[in-house]
Amino acid sequence: MSRAYAVAASVTDPEMPMLTLEDLGVLRDVREDGRRVTVTITPTYSGCPAMATMRDDLVHRLTEAGYAAQVEIALSPAWSSDWITERGRQALRDHGLSAPGAAPRPGGPIPLTLMPTARAVTCPRCDSARTELTSEYGATACKALYRCADCLEPFEHVKEI
Amino acid sequence: MSHQTPDPNDEHGSVYDGLLGTDTSQWAFGTDFEDPLAGVDTTVPSELDAAELAAYCLALGDDALVLSHRLSEWCSNAPDLEDDIALANIALDLLGQARLLLARAAAADPSVVPTLPDGSPVPVEDALAFFREAVDFRNVRMVEVANGDFAHTVARLLLFATVRLAAFERLATHADPVLAAIAAKGVKELTYHRDYAGRWFLTLAQGTEESRRRLLAGLTGLWPLQAELARAYDAGPEVDVVLDQVFAVSGVERPDVAPMTGRGHTEALSRMLAEMQVVARAHPRGQW
Ligand SMILES: [Zn+2]
Repeated sequence: MSRAYAVAASVTDPEMPMLTLEDLGVLRDVREDGRRVTVTITPTYSGCPAMATMRDDLVHRLTEAGYAAQVEIALSPAWSSDWITERGRQALRDHGLSAPGAAPRPGGPIPLTLMPTARAVTCPRCDSARTELTSEYGATACKALYRCADCLEPFEHVKEI
Repeated sequence: MSHQTPDPNDEHGSVYDGLLGTDTSQWAFGTDFEDPLAGVDTTVPSELDAAELAAYCLALGDDALVLSHRLSEWCSNAPDLEDDIALANIALDLLGQARLLLARAAAADPSVVPTLPDGSPVPVEDALAFFREAVDFRNVRMVEVANGDFAHTVARLLLFATVRLAAFERLATHADPVLAAIAAKGVKELTYHRDYAGRWFLTLAQGTEESRRRLLAGLTGLWPLQAELARAYDAGPEVDVVLDQVFAVSGVERPDVAPMTGRGHTEALSRMLAEMQVVARAHPRGQW
């Protein structure tokens, strides 16, 4: 692992700061050419407002480390929640968030789901499996809202995408 | 104790100075512009016509932009907090799609971008969003008509997301790799939008007499615009399969009303753009 990669990999997500960009799976490439570094990131959602902050944080940290950095965007392949690393999933749970299950990969037309999305979500606080969906949309595009039926705490679930 | 308004021209500097970073253009167009396609190869494949590709991306982008704005009008007005947040998130997804598609259109054919005063810091996608007249927008009428009640919004979102999702599934293999990538990403978002709208459609249809009455009124009011929407997206039978599935489980008949004739836009778009564009147009250099 190059030194520039190590610096870029340690930058955290502005909305879920317990995750590094590497653990979130948005850090796609770091190319080093002497002091020049080109970092490629991919958006989680098309309208993710955190992209500008990620870019600024990457440039800032790499500049501090003595590099001339630029950040590029990769649109393909589209980000999947499957790219969140095992360490990232543990960090989510440690901070009271529920990590995503496997992302759907439909072969053929995408089926309509009129029933609440069936997920095996366990409460990150008390590990109870008795949880209920409050809303498919949460405070950021990537999260749904849940509530634990045992400890009664609300919590956020990072959505499968 | 009185509170003194900060003076931006104070010789000791303003409390806002630190927020501007290296960008001297104030906040109208964000701080430190970023190109949503930075580093993306935007060369138009030789088998495609660049002007046609740009026009197509503009149409797809305008649909997303206009509906995003309509959905964002719900902010702080939705029936409950969860749906307020849901609609805002859906609006944000569509705004992101719009931004990418407008930037793609501009990169394919720079002549689509309106000319702005010299020194204007407005990026191309903002120039397209804020400095075109209603007549130059290529969106379908379905997305521009004014909001009604929540049931109207649910019906519109169901029709729109169903048609757009089916089209984006196809576009994910488009000959232009940039459009294909935008579509592949959009598919994941539109899947959530369609499910959200479909669930609320069912809930309102099978809810109270009043919720059902409102849903049917919204659907019937929008249906004359469905044919234009379907045509714009080259909708195939897969769209009818999904809609019929929702209608059947909701106990709702497909409306029997004639398509709206004519083309172009309704007055609703000009009114919406007047509000959406007023600040940008008052400050085309992003400074005041
Ligand atoms: Zn619990």
